[in-house]
Amino acid sequence: MTTVYVPCDSSARSVGADQVAAAIELEAARLGAPVEVVRNGSRGMMWLEPLVEVVSAGGRVAYGPVTPDDVAGLFAAGFLDGDTHELGHGLTDQIPWLAEQERLTFSRVGLIDPLSTDDYLSHGGLFALRRALAMTPQQICDEVTQSGLRGRGGAGFPVGVKWRTVLDAPGSPKFVTCNADEGDSGTFADRMLMEGDPFMLIEGMVIAGIAVDAHEGFIYIRSEYPDAVATMRAAIETAYQVGWLGSRILGSEHGFDLEIRVGAGAYICGEETAMLESLEGKRGMVRAKPPLPAIEGLFGKPTVVNNVLSLASVLVVLAHGAQFYRDFGVGHSRGTQVFQLAGNIARGGIVETAFGITLGQMLERFGGGTISGQPVRAVQVGGPLGAYLPPAQFDLPLDYEAFAEVGAMIGHGGIVVFDDTVDMAVQARFAMEFCATESCGKCTPCRVGAVRGVEVIDRIVAGEKTAANVVLLQDLCELMTDGSLCAMGGLTPMPVRSVLQHFPEDLDRSEGARP
Amino acid sequence: MLSDVSQRHAPWSPDVALETIGAHAGQRGPLLPVLHALQETFGYVDPRAVPLVAKTLNLSRAEVFGVLTFYPDLRSTPPGKVRVQVCRGEACQSVGGHALARHATSSLGVDFGGTTADGSVTLDEVFCLGNCALGPTVTVDGRLHGRVLAPDLDLLLSNSVNNNAEVNNADVSGDLT
Ligand SMILES: Cc1cc2nc3c(=O)[nH]c(=O)nc-3n(C[C@H](O)[C@H](O)[C@H](O)COP(=O)(O)O)c2cc1C
Ligand code: SF4
Ligand code: FES
Repeated sequence: MTTVYVPCDSSARSVGADQVAAAIELEAARLGAPVEVVRNGSRGMMWLEPLVEVVSAGGRVAYGPVTPDDVAGLFAAGFLDGDTHELGHGLTDQIPWLAEQERLTFSRVGLIDPLSTDDYLSHGGLFALRRALAMTPQQICDEVTQSGLRGRGGAGFPVGVKWRTVLDAPGSPKFVTCNADEGDSGTFADRMLMEGDPFMLIEGMVIAGIAVDAHEGFIYIRSEYPDAVATMRAAIETAYQVGWLGSRILGSEHGFDLEIRVGAGAYICGEETAMLESLEGKRGMVRAKPPLPAIEGLFGKPTVVNNVLSLASVLVVLAHGAQFYRDFGVGHSRGTQVFQLAGNIARGGIVETAFGITLGQMLERFGGGTISGQPVRAVQVGGPLGAYLPPAQFDLPLDYEAFAEVGAMIGHGGIVVFDDTVDMAVQARFAMEFCATESCGKCTPCRVGAVRGVEVIDRIVAGEKTAANVVLLQDLCELMTDGSLCAMGGLTPMPVRSVLQHFPEDLDRSEGARP
Repeated sequence: MLSDVSQRHAPWSPDVALETIGAHAGQRGPLLPVLHALQETFGYVDPRAVPLVAKTLNLSRAEVFGVLTFYPDLRSTPPGKVRVQVCRGEACQSVGGHALARHATSSLGVDFGGTTADGSVTLDEVFCLGNCALGPTVTVDGRLHGRVLAPDLDLLLSNSVNNNAEVNNADVSGDLT
């Protein structure tokens, strides 16, 4: 029996993975070839999807991108023996794009059948949880703090410090919530982890529960991710059956219940306090801080809010030790980040690597230029609230502080590439428009400021009193930055200012201004 | 795990609504799950469901209405037979998303949020579907499609509209026998 992997990741499905899987089964049946098709997560090489892997004597051999029409030819060329074919890439593990990464958090994604508990266990699953069960809550919090792991959802707050705050907070019950709202365009790592290695997130939530003495958890997944919702729900059901959830986890004294909640299309519900409101069944309105959610969170109780990747990365810390994790990265950015290469890029997908690699190296070594073949003009890092960076800044190391210093941010690790056909005035306008659409409406600088922002940019582009309106736009940015209650209104100026600073020629369209 | 998004919806009925509400009322913070369930059942949240939800969950109608109107996913009118979402996020913009969005609105003759006059297609915009390395991205009846250019969208739409017509015809013949 030959095992053939065809991803069930929703990105792979979006370009025909289901049809390819069906075609392989059909052709195998026609030829009487003994083939078992296993649906794995994605290896993250999106430009090769659907990526089919055959388990050969020497290891897994990759073919892609495969269409249903290619399937008969692949069989004829002997792909079941790993033979060469024009779509072949040799052993998957030796594809330089993958081999040069440091996959810690994504170590299993794409390798395993996401819902197989056997696969999970044979690839290091539960190792961290078993260690955590032998530690005190304080020890877990300390180890996570020592690792230097910072929240991967955008704000970069130290995970261990947050956990310790919840542990020490009076009140019960306490809750662990996972922020799987992943609203930033250009990001898809949370989705791929949930679809490709769902038990990892469950294990991370259980460990967080032990660390803060909580016995109940919620994962808030955006509605735009139906496959992730289905996979997580199935994994939770299995986890209950095998004793990884419920009372007496792995025979211990610790119990933990876990539930999925689905969002409803509001970007602001990724902001942690709005997410908590939404979990309580309310409008996703941002709460004023303090109190911190760690002190007064879900239903007013001490609550952990962590991103999917933060919780998953804790497993790496506990399985290999704080020092191991710390040894990756630079400065105050320790460990690895799961970057996502997106947009107009030849080789887009998941690049997990230690912090510190420069943006330019990331784009050249992994990205391989634009897919359009045109030169890169701008790269937006960190989602819709992140700055647009010009090629002159590509020597910037991917490091929280280095980015902050130039008025940019790493955020959730999304890197979106634009070629030279981009109109940066349109992008600046979009930033304001997006804020106007998605604002929760609680504070004026954001709610009204964003609408004004769109109008002012329109006037600038129309050539109406350009200089005066640029000053007005700058004032508006300052007002939003300083006066907004949360980072939605507070950071929307970041992309706008970056356009003003690096691409002013796109805004000033008056006679003779453009080269 | 492959999600399977079914498009068949029940016609409005207060009994079915109450049953649906009851099935999800027992959990903590039940309002959003209840509204999701109603929309899954009927395809939208009928305003007539609002007092039923309020009563069962012991909330004011204003609270329920406030939540219903806050979330872009929740609709209070029935959708068209085929539902299309076009991604307008930056990653999709960088590979022709603006042009695809223009094509969608002009070829269907509706703005985002609208339903064609014959009730066949509802067109929505969405900001990122998590398929940002394979854009432009759309969904048709909940199914994700990557690398979609204008002709691909036309093909997806005509296939879907035709499929829907076949399903409906099958329904009719089923009713007659
Ligand atoms: C407008 C807005 C949207 C956000 N969206 C997300 C999101 O989708 N996912 C996420 O994990 N964090 C998001 N955040 C950050 C959260 O507020 C919070 O910092 C994070 O979930 C904490 O988890 P972490 O410490 O593990 O990163 C968002 C913040 C803002 C202001
Ligand atoms: S900044 Fe915007 S999103 Fe944040 S609280 Fe104020 S109005 Fe709401
Ligand atoms: S921006 Fe379109 S799928 Fe992410």
